[in-house]
Amino acid sequence: MIRFLAWLVAVIVALGAMLAPPPAHGQSGLPPAPYAYKQIDDPVKEEQARELMHELRCLVCQGQSIADSDAPLAGDMRSQVRERIAAGETPDQVRSWLVDRYGAWVTYDPPLGPETFLLFVAPLLALLFGGWLVLGRLQRAPDTERETPA
Amino acid sequence: MIAELGHAMLWIAAGLALLQIVAGIFELRGRHIVAARPLAIAQGVLTMIAFLLLIWLFVRSDMSVDLIARNSHSDKPLIYRISGTWGNHEGSMLLWLTILGFAGAMVGLFEKRLDARTLTATLVAQASLALGFFTFLLLVSNPFKRLVPAPPQGLGLNPLLQDPGLAFHPPTLYLGYVGLSVAFSFAVGAMITRDVGPAFARAMRPWVLLSWIFLTIGIVAGSYWAYYELGWGGWWFWDPVENASLMPWIAATALLHSVSVTATRDALRTWTLMLAVVGFSMSMLGTFIVRSGLLTSVHSFAVDPERGLYILGLLAFYIGGALLLFGLRVGAVAESQRFNWMSREAALVLNNLLLSVILVIVLVGTMSPIVAEALGSQISVGPPYYNPWTAAFALPLVAVMVLGPLLRWRQDDGAKVRKWAPLLIGAIVITIVLCLIFAPGMGILPLLGLALAVGVGIVSLAPLVGRNLRRTPLPVWGMVFAHFGVAVALVGMATESAFIKERLAAVRVGETVEVANWRVRLTDVRPVVGPNWTAVEAVLDVQRGNSDVETMRPQARTFNQPQTETNEAALKTVWNGQLYAVLGQSAGRDEQGRERWQLRLWWKPLVWFIWAGGGLIALGGLLSLIGRIQPLRTFRGNKAAA
Repeated sequence: MIRFLAWLVAVIVALGAMLAPPPAHGQSGLPPAPYAYKQIDDPVKEEQARELMHELRCLVCQGQSIADSDAPLAGDMRSQVRERIAAGETPDQVRSWLVDRYGAWVTYDPPLGPETFLLFVAPLLALLFGGWLVLGRLQRAPDTERETPA
Repeated sequence: MIAELGHAMLWIAAGLALLQIVAGIFELRGRHIVAARPLAIAQGVLTMIAFLLLIWLFVRSDMSVDLIARNSHSDKPLIYRISGTWGNHEGSMLLWLTILGFAGAMVGLFEKRLDARTLTATLVAQASLALGFFTFLLLVSNPFKRLVPAPPQGLGLNPLLQDPGLAFHPPTLYLGYVGLSVAFSFAVGAMITRDVGPAFARAMRPWVLLSWIFLTIGIVAGSYWAYYELGWGGWWFWDPVENASLMPWIAATALLHSVSVTATRDALRTWTLMLAVVGFSMSMLGTFIVRSGLLTSVHSFAVDPERGLYILGLLAFYIGGALLLFGLRVGAVAESQRFNWMSREAALVLNNLLLSVILVIVLVGTMSPIVAEALGSQISVGPPYYNPWTAAFALPLVAVMVLGPLLRWRQDDGAKVRKWAPLLIGAIVITIVLCLIFAPGMGILPLLGLALAVGVGIVSLAPLVGRNLRRTPLPVWGMVFAHFGVAVALVGMATESAFIKERLAAVRVGETVEVANWRVRLTDVRPVVGPNWTAVEAVLDVQRGNSDVETMRPQARTFNQPQTETNEAALKTVWNGQLYAVLGQSAGRDEQGRERWQLRLWWKPLVWFIWAGGGLIALGGLLSLIGRIQPLRTFRGNKAAA
């Protein structure tokens, strides 16, 4: 598990170093990225960034968003999100930029697709099936009181 | 020696479980054996002794036991050596089995209301569950395995788990999880003997209540733990581990309402059976998700699939078996009492339906990433999926909670609804108008949440109106407390998510920052030493408006075994919320060379309502439970006296 994570971190860092215009730093020893622990001055944009950060997965943590993690990588991603939002990008643009980079795994908002359609279909099917059972029961119910024999 | 003794106890208990099944089957076929009860008790006692022996080994830090060498350290404080017993796979599975055996023993000892044949069938079902998990423990997860040669020192316990709240979190949750096994066994027993009716439902109800109370406490405590221990102030993450405890709770909540209808009105028999099966199935699924290693990743599961596949096999066997039995017997279950669509039964059916849909949402959301990963693609499901989908069904559910208690059983003429309507509509409209005036940008979900919470809060008190409060039965009080608790928790959730204020800052000693109407001044940063950690502590003088200055001390701790860093948040609770302060890393030095520190501050209005409401819900369950057990006592007492 730890080896897998270490491998994952290494791959992500390497990819980041190769592809990303602003290098992904802050893995160890280095100071955190500029906006990792600093808010944008514009409260409206900060609110947008905050909402988006809660919807992005910290890639090296277990089940935490980048808004809830002290991992250096999460700090870097927070900084990236804030910088891009501050520069005028919309949350959707930032999200799709991150999805292009890290894959669908990075967003907690699953896109509709073959692996995810059940997420949207199953609750509705459950409601329809349950509703059908309930309606069937109620329609058979008599209007007048009737005691069943004990 | 102690380890071998514990190991032997487990084998004997497993043998007794097998014997209990055989004896029970003979009993059901008409032989006059009365062995199932004493066997259930003996099996429970033996398992409990084995568990106590394991605790004793952990307390003594006996590093010749593999499990202890891997998960403990003799420097740990006593309480964490004890809680370390269940802070690992093998130990927590033994705890699981101990509670299963304990529950079986309790049924054997105290269950007097159930028909004798159904009780025997129930004990056979319970013993079958125990036998499966005994073989799992003994064959692939033996907690008493020796390590030769014994290392001088152990590897330690995850520091995040070294917290008094979390030490007793798993036992609480497991009591809830495994308590549902009794409801499962009752349902299986009743399906075997085809004896499903009000008497059966009345016997099952206290067990459902009991495990529901523990599940509620476990979830509320776990949420509070995540809130203060993880250092970011979140109180629900839709993490698979949280979902694993939420799913049985949802099923148990539905079952609790359904079994009440069966007990009181002899309706919804098949619903009750089905939900009892689903409830414990969700407990087993939760155990499977958490214990199989699937969560960390499908890869780690694939590296060591033995345990995961074993639990999966058990899961398929028990759930499949119970569902098969349900399918075979559902036609034979006698027709329930009928009811009109304007009745309390109908409201409770709607409650069951909506809870079931929410259960499906959480289930699909939790399993989808696992299934997708197994098929070779990675997706994440989180708050942006769960929040709107669950809210879409939870808000109507809360609306049903507003109307349901105003309806009469079987058929209602709407008189009580009409009587309460002006007050309800007035209060809800006023809430919405106030929110729109004072918080125009408020989101739609928190707004609806607040409005409905006000409605539930008012209606929850309706059962008390016009009653002599001193003669009101305890179960009625229980319902009042639980429903009022839902309203309180909902107010907390809606207010916190709509009006939270956040402030992140790099602060020098002597500097002041503001969040909401609090002024926070960093007066000192200094080192602190604990039993197995060192920390940097910030001293903050906090002041709201012109009130007195108070001190908060958040810490950034470094544990030495294993080396890990954690944040100890400092919380300041006032009547209308909490100030939450976290000390982060050093933020480097400013131009004059003075060191600056990362401070994270949140003002969380009414946040403690969430757990207070959760506590009220659990208290309501407890009052109900006492009310359900008490009349039995007096009845038996009267009989004994006569």
